[in-house]
Amino acid sequence: MPTHTFTLNGERVSVDVEDDVRLLWVIRDLLGVTGPKYGCGINVCKACTSHINGKAFNPCSVQVCDIKDSDEVTTIEGLADGDELHPMQQAWLDRDVPQCGYCQPGQIMAAVAKVRQCRAEGRDVDDDAIEEIRNICRCGTYNRIREAIKAGAENM
Amino acid sequence: MANHRFAPAPSKPPREPGTGLRAPLGRRKFLGYLIAAPTLVVAAELTREQVFGGPSASAAPIPSAPQTPEAYDLLDLLRDASRPTANLIRVEVNRDGTVSFALPRSDNGQGIVTSTQMIIAEEMNLDVDQVHVTLADARPELMFNQITGGSSTTFTTYTPIRVAAALAQMRLLDAAGQLLQQDVRTLSARAGLIRDEAGKVLSYGDLTEAAASAVDKQVEVALKPREQFTVIGKPQSKTDARDIVTGRKCFATDLQIPNALPTVICRAPELNGTPDSVDNIDDVRKMPGVTDVEVVSTGVAVRAKTFGQAIDGVRALRVQWNDGTAHGEDDESILAKLRAAELPLAVPAGVGDTVEGSFTFYFKSNSSLETNCAIADVSHGRAEIWGPMKNPIAAQNAIAEKLGIPQGSVVVHVTQGGGSFGRKLFFDAALEAAEVSQTMGKPVKLMWTRADDSRQGRVHPMATSRIRASVTKDSVLSYEQRHTSVSTDFTHGLGEALTATGAKAPGGNLTFAESIFELTQVTPYEYGVSTRLLNEVDMGFNTGSMRNVYSPDVATAREVVTDQLAAKVGQDPYEFRRQFLKNDRMRAALDAVAKEGRWGRSMKKGTAQGIGFHTEYKGVSAALVEIDCRPDTVNRPIREGVTGPRVTRVTFAVDVGLVINPKGLEAQMMGGINDAIALILTSSLHLTDGHFVEASWDNYFYTREWNTPPEMNIIVLDSPSDEPGGAGEFGVAATAGAIACAYARATGLVPQYFPINHKDPFPFEPKPLVPPIPESPTDGLRYTY
Repeated sequence: MPTHTFTLNGERVSVDVEDDVRLLWVIRDLLGVTGPKYGCGINVCKACTSHINGKAFNPCSVQVCDIKDSDEVTTIEGLADGDELHPMQQAWLDRDVPQCGYCQPGQIMAAVAKVRQCRAEGRDVDDDAIEEIRNICRCGTYNRIREAIKAGAENM
Repeated sequence: MANHRFAPAPSKPPREPGTGLRAPLGRRKFLGYLIAAPTLVVAAELTREQVFGGPSASAAPIPSAPQTPEAYDLLDLLRDASRPTANLIRVEVNRDGTVSFALPRSDNGQGIVTSTQMIIAEEMNLDVDQVHVTLADARPELMFNQITGGSSTTFTTYTPIRVAAALAQMRLLDAAGQLLQQDVRTLSARAGLIRDEAGKVLSYGDLTEAAASAVDKQVEVALKPREQFTVIGKPQSKTDARDIVTGRKCFATDLQIPNALPTVICRAPELNGTPDSVDNIDDVRKMPGVTDVEVVSTGVAVRAKTFGQAIDGVRALRVQWNDGTAHGEDDESILAKLRAAELPLAVPAGVGDTVEGSFTFYFKSNSSLETNCAIADVSHGRAEIWGPMKNPIAAQNAIAEKLGIPQGSVVVHVTQGGGSFGRKLFFDAALEAAEVSQTMGKPVKLMWTRADDSRQGRVHPMATSRIRASVTKDSVLSYEQRHTSVSTDFTHGLGEALTATGAKAPGGNLTFAESIFELTQVTPYEYGVSTRLLNEVDMGFNTGSMRNVYSPDVATAREVVTDQLAAKVGQDPYEFRRQFLKNDRMRAALDAVAKEGRWGRSMKKGTAQGIGFHTEYKGVSAALVEIDCRPDTVNRPIREGVTGPRVTRVTFAVDVGLVINPKGLEAQMMGGINDAIALILTSSLHLTDGHFVEASWDNYFYTREWNTPPEMNIIVLDSPSDEPGGAGEFGVAATAGAIACAYARATGLVPQYFPINHKDPFPFEPKPLVPPIPESPTDGLRYTY
């Protein structure tokens, strides 16, 4: 069985698993990192949104063999700097965004990446930019998500 | 005039001057229980409280006779049902000074853990984070008192929790008085510390042994008066928010139970189809990562090292299936059966001036973001189950029955749930996990995939609502509403196994459904002779409530017809409602949205305002929405999404009695508003040839960021009530009605069915039925941003 090595939340990890297993299951079922959630498995709901080399992606739709040795994968567990929350996490707390919380790790990771993308492209983090985010929140806390993204962006 | 039949408004209990003491002088007394234990343990029973009066007199022209919910509604039923055993809830004071309470309810994001912490903190003068609230395992001795539904949690548990907490506070003060040799009236308690006037301090942890009781005994206690509240009514963030934003909050599938490997079930192409035979079971058993493949009652279960490999196993299976329960049926055939079952209207058509409406509400998916899931470890005649369950006692009973073991041999742990909205009243996954674990002889972590949840999961039943109202020049003489629905499954009963058995008896479910309808539905307007009746037809669907059972549909039909009645008598929709609403409390909510939402402001062509009202759960609510139906908005390009008309602004007012946590209440209303947008405009299931088509969030169009209103204003109205009402489902109905009215006013077209896009061509390619789970893509790295 092939061995796959990459960096997960700042730590080198190696795992023996078939090449075609999607990264989400490697992270959750084999490495026990459960922040990224399953919501569809087909890159639609975005509940598993994490970062690869700083950009948002959905590990449900990436084979583990496509992750390179040099890739740095960050899940919600790796977003804060130790005990110091990322500004987006703090914005989420300040606005009491979560309800059930199931989608929120993905929402926060998507928000951070969207703000970085807007900055890189010289765009404002406005309603139009936020409406590019596809993550589902079945509790319907979208309006607080919007407020939190704008506030979090100011401190990023 | 019928209003005199209502109970008079409650007289205020005499107020104790602000000493903060618990001596029950002059205040209403409640009975609490000291429980024999080495440290302080108290319990309480639910005491009948009659706090709510009826509506005040109304000046509307032809008052309707009072409808049941105005005097006794679903919340009362749920509280009465829980009354005999509520004394078993216990509050414990720990040696570290914190307080523990196991809430016999299920939290799926509605924030009841936080509000329960607040209630205890208030009564015991603690900080909110000094109170630990966990979700109780199934406790059959609680009988009715362990169901989370009908927006009842806070209403049913508010007083008993306070009684227990107040008793604990009284005992701690008494113990401190003795230790400090001070008169208890000179002591003060704050943040878990008791101080005397000389500045000596004892913590609750120091006192818990001294305050403990050697014997069980009954004690009288009074509750903190409302004017001394410092926690209840203040905005409180969810206490698990930090765990959520750091990824630490643990849902059922995040639990690490030894050897409980991922398990997925291969399901039939038809709804509730069952397996007949499997052509290649041994081949699949040899696939990478797969440990077990077994035929079970609902399909073929595959257990593997990872969920991905279990899904691969499911996809590889070749199964022969028996027909499902909706074989050959589709939307139109079900609708025809509903039409045939519609109860007749009493007032004949064409006599005098009548306004008629006939509306269809299509099937809607009750899938939450966390799919159905449960962990089961069944071995040696015992079962241990973990899962998000709102009705764990019924689950325990059903699992025991399924496994053929005594109920006492089944342990059910309630985990935090990832959304429910009614879905988790049922325990489909727990029952399945137990069966699979027993069959395989191994622990399993069973999860439904999204396609399973959408196609085979619980649905909100298809329904029709037919209305006929007769009018004169300026009054409504009669209003009849006939709601006809695919049968709603209430076999979870009121949470307790005996009730569940009763609802499964022939005819039992209809009686229960009719009871729920009767206890929840009220027409808030003085519409003369007013009747609303339910008929249900059982057609083999997996149904359930979904952020309410009947109200959003019943209210939408009623509010659309109300706009037509207003037009008939030449009145403005707001003014008409204002005139016909039954009381001033209702009018206050309507006025609030009209004022804050600027009712009647000038709107561009193709856009409009709409207004709606609803009463339920001891509360009143009103919504004013603005909708944009102009082509540029409707046709906004969103990849594999549905845009359609956009609700651009929502003003929502709610009076739900005493508010424990305004932030939490606002969150619940926000969710309800976004639900209403989906129900009216975008989201439904399509039944075709015995199966539901939708298998993805890009097929089933729940509200997304691009649908949500850019402006949302939620007004929590001051309420004189001393008791909280229900909030979990309350945001939906008034908003749904308002959106439907706004759409009709913007387009000039009165919708006949909901959601309004139900008959549009699919903006997606339906996923295959076999295999039942779509393959995960491999191109995820092409979409990074």
